[in-house]
Amino acid sequence: MKSPQHIVRFLAPVAVFAAGILLWEAIVRINDIKPYVLPDPLLVLKTLVGDWPVLSQSLGVTLLTTLEGFIAAALGGIALALLFNQSKWLEYSLFPYAVILQVTPVIAIAPLLLIYLQQGTAVIVCAWIVAFFPVLSNTTLGLNSVDRNLAGLFQLYGASRLQTLLFLKLPAALPYILAGLRIAGGLSLIGAVVAEIAAGSAGAGSGLAFRIAESGYRLNIPRMFAALLLLSVAGIVIYGVLALISHLLLRRWHESALGKES
Amino acid sequence: MIAGSALTETEADAADLAVRLRGVTKTYDTGVTALGPLDLAVKRGEFVALLGPSGCGKSTALRLIAGLSAPSSGTVEVNSHGAARRGSHPIGFVFQEPTLMPWASVRDNVRLPFKLAHAARNDADARIDEALDQVGLVEFASAYPRELSGGMKMRVSLARALVTDPDILLMDEPFAALDEITRFRLNNDLLSLWRNLHKTVIFVTHSVFESVYLSQRVIVMTARPGRIGTEFRITAAEPRGEEFRTSAEYAAFCREVSNAMAPSYAGQAGA
Repeated sequence: MKSPQHIVRFLAPVAVFAAGILLWEAIVRINDIKPYVLPDPLLVLKTLVGDWPVLSQSLGVTLLTTLEGFIAAALGGIALALLFNQSKWLEYSLFPYAVILQVTPVIAIAPLLLIYLQQGTAVIVCAWIVAFFPVLSNTTLGLNSVDRNLAGLFQLYGASRLQTLLFLKLPAALPYILAGLRIAGGLSLIGAVVAEIAAGSAGAGSGLAFRIAESGYRLNIPRMFAALLLLSVAGIVIYGVLALISHLLLRRWHESALGKES
Repeated sequence: MIAGSALTETEADAADLAVRLRGVTKTYDTGVTALGPLDLAVKRGEFVALLGPSGCGKSTALRLIAGLSAPSSGTVEVNSHGAARRGSHPIGFVFQEPTLMPWASVRDNVRLPFKLAHAARNDADARIDEALDQVGLVEFASAYPRELSGGMKMRVSLARALVTDPDILLMDEPFAALDEITRFRLNNDLLSLWRNLHKTVIFVTHSVFESVYLSQRVIVMTARPGRIGTEFRITAAEPRGEEFRTSAEYAAFCREVSNAMAPSYAGQAGA
C-alpha cells in the first residue's frame, strides 16, 4: 500500500512547510525584526498557548457561526434546487437573483446587513449568502444528470413523482450535492469571517476575525498570527471532515471514491 | 423454407396477439418523422427480431409499445394475460446499456419494480431469488454494479426485467455493447429462458446474425422513417444451440436477410 510514491506525496508538502518555518525564523533573527512587526514562529506558537483561553472561546464563536451558516446554506441550497427541479417556472423566475447574490461581493453587502440585522443574525446571513450558491448549482446539475433510460424505467413501472425524486433523482445527485457541500464548508467560514471583520471594533462579537481586527488595533501582532493560524486550521478541518463524509457515503459505488486498482 | 411475405392474420389469431400496432407513426417536435406508418402483430410467445439500420426508428417502436412515449397517430395495443396482482407488470424492458442504479446492490436493483409498486417484501424476495437464479447471479446478489463485468451487468438488467414475470419482454439492442463471446453466451441463455418461460420477446438489433440466431421471425425495417420492409420466418429446428450457429442452414438465412438489408445501406451517406 505504502509505495515510495505515497511517501513522497506525503513528505514533499511537509518538507516545504518545515523549510518555510525555518526561513521565517531565520529572517526574523538575522534582521533582528521586532515582534510587533513580525513575530517569529516560536512566539506565535507561545502566544497561541498563552492566549488559549481567549482564542479558544473566539474559535468556538466563529465555528458555531460557520456551522449555522453552513447548515442554512445546505438546507437552503438543496431545497431551492428541488423546487427549481419540480417547477421550471420557479427556476426561471428566481435563478437570476441567486446569481446576482452570488456575484455581488459579500464584503460589500455585509455592512448593509449589519445595519438592518442583529449582529449574530447578520453574520449567519453572510455565511449563507456566500455558501448557498455552490450547493444550489451543484444540486441542480445533479438532479438534471439522471440517466434517461433509468428515468424511462421508473416511468414504465409507474413511479410517482415522489418515488422518482427519492429513489432516483436524489441518489443520482448525491455525488454532486456532496461536492457542493465541500465547497460550501470553506465558503461559510469565509462568510463568517467577512461579517465579523465588517462589524469590526464596533461589533459586540468575539469571534476569531474580531480578535484579529482587535489585536491589529492594539499592535498585538503575535496574537493576530495565532488567530490566523487557528482560522486556517479550522478551514482545513472543515474541508477534511466534509471530504471524509463524502468518501464514506460514496465509496461503495461512485467513481470519484474508487482507488486506482478497481 | 423461407417465407418472404408479410403476415396475414385471421380473426382467430387476433385474440392470440400479444402486441398489435396499427398505422403507428411518430413525429418529433422538430418535425422529423422517425417512424411509420407501421403495422405490426406479434403473437403470444413469439420471438420477433426488429432489424434495421441506425435511426430507422426501431428503438422508437419499442418505446411506443412500452408506453414510454405516445404515437403521433395510430394505435398501440398490448394484451396481457397477467392478473393485476401487486408488483406484477406486463412488460419487461432491457436497454442497450445495463441501466442499473450504481448506488444500489444487485439485489436492490432487481427489487426496483416491486419497490415502486409497494409490493410485500416477502413475495418480492422469493421472486428476486428466482430471477437471480434464472440469470445465474445468485452469489452476486449483494455486489454493486461497478464490481461486475459488462455481461454480468446485462444479466442483472435481464433479471430486473424478468422479476415481475412479464408476458412481454422488450429488448433494445441489449447485447450490442458486449464482446462477441459474452454476447454468444447471453444469446444462448436468453433462448433457454424464452423456451422455459414462454415469454413474448421483441428484440431490436442491428445484427443480422443475432436476429437470425435468436428469433422465429425477423422483420427488416427500412431507413427513416422506419417501416416494415421484408419479413422472414426462421424455421430452424428448436432448440437452437451452437451447432445451429455453424450450420449451412444458418448461413443461408443470414445471406437471405442480408440481401433484404442491402437497400438500407446501398448508396446512403452518413446513415
